[in-house]
Amino acid sequence: MPQIIIDGKLINADNGKTIIEAAYQNGMDIPHFCWHPELSVAGNCRMCLVEVGMPKKLPDGSFELDSNGKTKVQFFPKLQIACATQITDGMVVNTQNDKTIEAQEAVMEFLLINHPLDCPICDEAGECKLQEYAYKNSSGESRFIEEKNHKPKRVEWGPNVMYDAERCILCSRCIRYAKEVAKQDVLTFVNRGDHAYVKLFDDTQFDNPYSMNVVEICPVGALTSRDFRFQSRVWEMSFTDSICPGCSRGCNIKIGVRNNQILRLQPRTNMYVNRYWMCDYGRLTQYPFVNNERVTNNFINVNANFQVANFEEAKNKAYELLKKFKPGEIMILGSAFCTNEDNFVIQKFAKQILKTKQLDFFQHIDENFKDNFLHTDDKTPNTKGALEIGTIPVSDGFTAETVASNINKKHIKALIIINDLLEDDHILFNAIDNLECLITLSTNHNKYTAKSDVVFAASTYAEVEGTFTNIDGRVQHFTPAVVTQENLSRMGMKMSRWDKFGAYNDHWTQKDKRDARPIWKIIMGIANLFGGNLNYKKAEDIFIDLSNHIPSFNGMNYELLDTHQGIVLNQSKRPDPILVNYVSHYMKP
Amino acid sequence: MNIKHNIESDRLTFWEKIYIPEIAKGLASTFKTMFQPKFTRSYPEEKMVPSPSFRGRPVLVQEEEGGRCVACGLCSRVCPALAIEVQPAETDKEKERFPKVFEINMLRCIFCGFCEEVCPEEAIVMSQDYELVFTSQEDAILPKEKLLVPIKNLQDRLEWLRQYR
Repeated sequence: MPQIIIDGKLINADNGKTIIEAAYQNGMDIPHFCWHPELSVAGNCRMCLVEVGMPKKLPDGSFELDSNGKTKVQFFPKLQIACATQITDGMVVNTQNDKTIEAQEAVMEFLLINHPLDCPICDEAGECKLQEYAYKNSSGESRFIEEKNHKPKRVEWGPNVMYDAERCILCSRCIRYAKEVAKQDVLTFVNRGDHAYVKLFDDTQFDNPYSMNVVEICPVGALTSRDFRFQSRVWEMSFTDSICPGCSRGCNIKIGVRNNQILRLQPRTNMYVNRYWMCDYGRLTQYPFVNNERVTNNFINVNANFQVANFEEAKNKAYELLKKFKPGEIMILGSAFCTNEDNFVIQKFAKQILKTKQLDFFQHIDENFKDNFLHTDDKTPNTKGALEIGTIPVSDGFTAETVASNINKKHIKALIIINDLLEDDHILFNAIDNLECLITLSTNHNKYTAKSDVVFAASTYAEVEGTFTNIDGRVQHFTPAVVTQENLSRMGMKMSRWDKFGAYNDHWTQKDKRDARPIWKIIMGIANLFGGNLNYKKAEDIFIDLSNHIPSFNGMNYELLDTHQGIVLNQSKRPDPILVNYVSHYMKP
Repeated sequence: MNIKHNIESDRLTFWEKIYIPEIAKGLASTFKTMFQPKFTRSYPEEKMVPSPSFRGRPVLVQEEEGGRCVACGLCSRVCPALAIEVQPAETDKEKERFPKVFEINMLRCIFCGFCEEVCPEEAIVMSQDYELVFTSQEDAILPKEKLLVPIKNLQDRLEWLRQYR
């Protein structure tokens, strides 16, 4: 294993690594624009110039010593780019001396010659790599007094990505991403020198299912997402780590929230799951339902009129309705959209407290959705967890597929639908009228809530703490990003400055604080009326109970899940090693 | 105990003790002022015109082609009292950004002038308007329409800023 010295610090690095890789894996950041660990090396931004030297060898193979008895280092006459220079044993690298600083300042001055200085207008401000280096690695002065080049602005690259050629610094990250990761080679440089810019080939569109990742890797504001463009300043938002519920891949995401509304989802690095990427489907479809058409209160159906009820009234009503039936006549439809914690409480309620055999959930399998990158065929986040924990019928209990026919045959008289839309299931929907009692726990209004006797307002994935088990069996922990009346006083809730210090009469604080609860709290409330005696205060209590009872979860806890970025089932003794995650550019408040 | 007496009656002279000369002095001052010109302003008929350095109600500069503000959000960020809310949106103009919502809560504003100082477009300035009376909390939150002031009414302040900022 070669040993190199960066800025006087001795570093052990793997063979074949470049200087910049060795540096970031040891917590040092060499300024760079075009390099990205997942993409090929282009070496065209010249920002990562460093001074590289080797100990001077004498003809007999020994090292030449200076008068103090130290080995003499012979530096290359010109600076080298750290992203393309492979390390060798004994290499000495200087990233902070006068020569490199001068080179960095010169590169920054060249880049800023034609880059518009309109940060107040640009959407990237606050998370811009160029802006960051302009503070840290630039002299802050320009000798350029001529007019800047003008290039195309507002170029639509595809349905989701917008390009501004003036702001582009020609790092070619997007070109390499399109070619190497998205496998849609439609981008190229055109023109030469300071007139160069990135262009689509004629009659092509950058409409890959993973196209929006270029927005994240673009070091400047040249590429913007048409969904989030000019919506908000990044420093006015809070970013909470979460897991995408769009499919069973379980991509790690960051939820950006302002005024208690989700404005964007971004990928978060997890080398074991989604690496640096995320699909456009997840980004665009997995937040609008949190903001819009929510069930904001619990409702009771009184003579076909829906009345707002508080939680006590709603759960008492549900209890009164359910206790009229024999346990065998009640069916509970769980959901793979629920967290592991929810599923644990649901199966406990069904099997131990209600003592019904009828417990199952619908799997949402879509073979067309699957591809060989991130998409999986299962469009729910937690099928594996639900099966592992046991949201399945007991012995000869009815399965989800036979629900409709069993309702029609009057074998099932009461149905509890938990957090599942089931919009396309017409057979079940037609059978609903034959039920005597329908209780739904729903996040959004749908055609089933309209026919329910009791509707409980459930929290979405963005409002609860919990864990999902993805397709590979990796259990991943996430925390709430959006405030409801229930999690308002949760410790460690991330809120932006405005959301945190706003008063009741500020307009921006007057967004909904919904009266929604996590599924497990609602189920626990009903279960306790049936004499369940469940006493969980928070999701973590359930997870401790769960990890003690379900063998494959043994030894897991939230802290361990966070430090290892998720643990695979049965592997809590041998979790995956903790990696140093590369962060290209992040929000600087 | 070694107590030194220093009570008022010991310190005053005889003439001071009887007060009459002091009353006469005071009355003389009163009568003198009675015949001097008055300087009390009969507000609101007669209004004060503050100097350009006065920091009154913050307003948005309106030029002929529209407001100057590009909704960069810096005023909102720098405001120590969280009085400003800006929500940006996209336009077709050369400057791609404009404020969809721009509200200043005058109950929160402390007239520090930081918003004016930080503004990169010289779009928000402190006007000379000091008459801030509201009948409800809702009225005190000024929307963009009430904040926009034609540039010709703000020349004094803009000139002052150019000179002293």
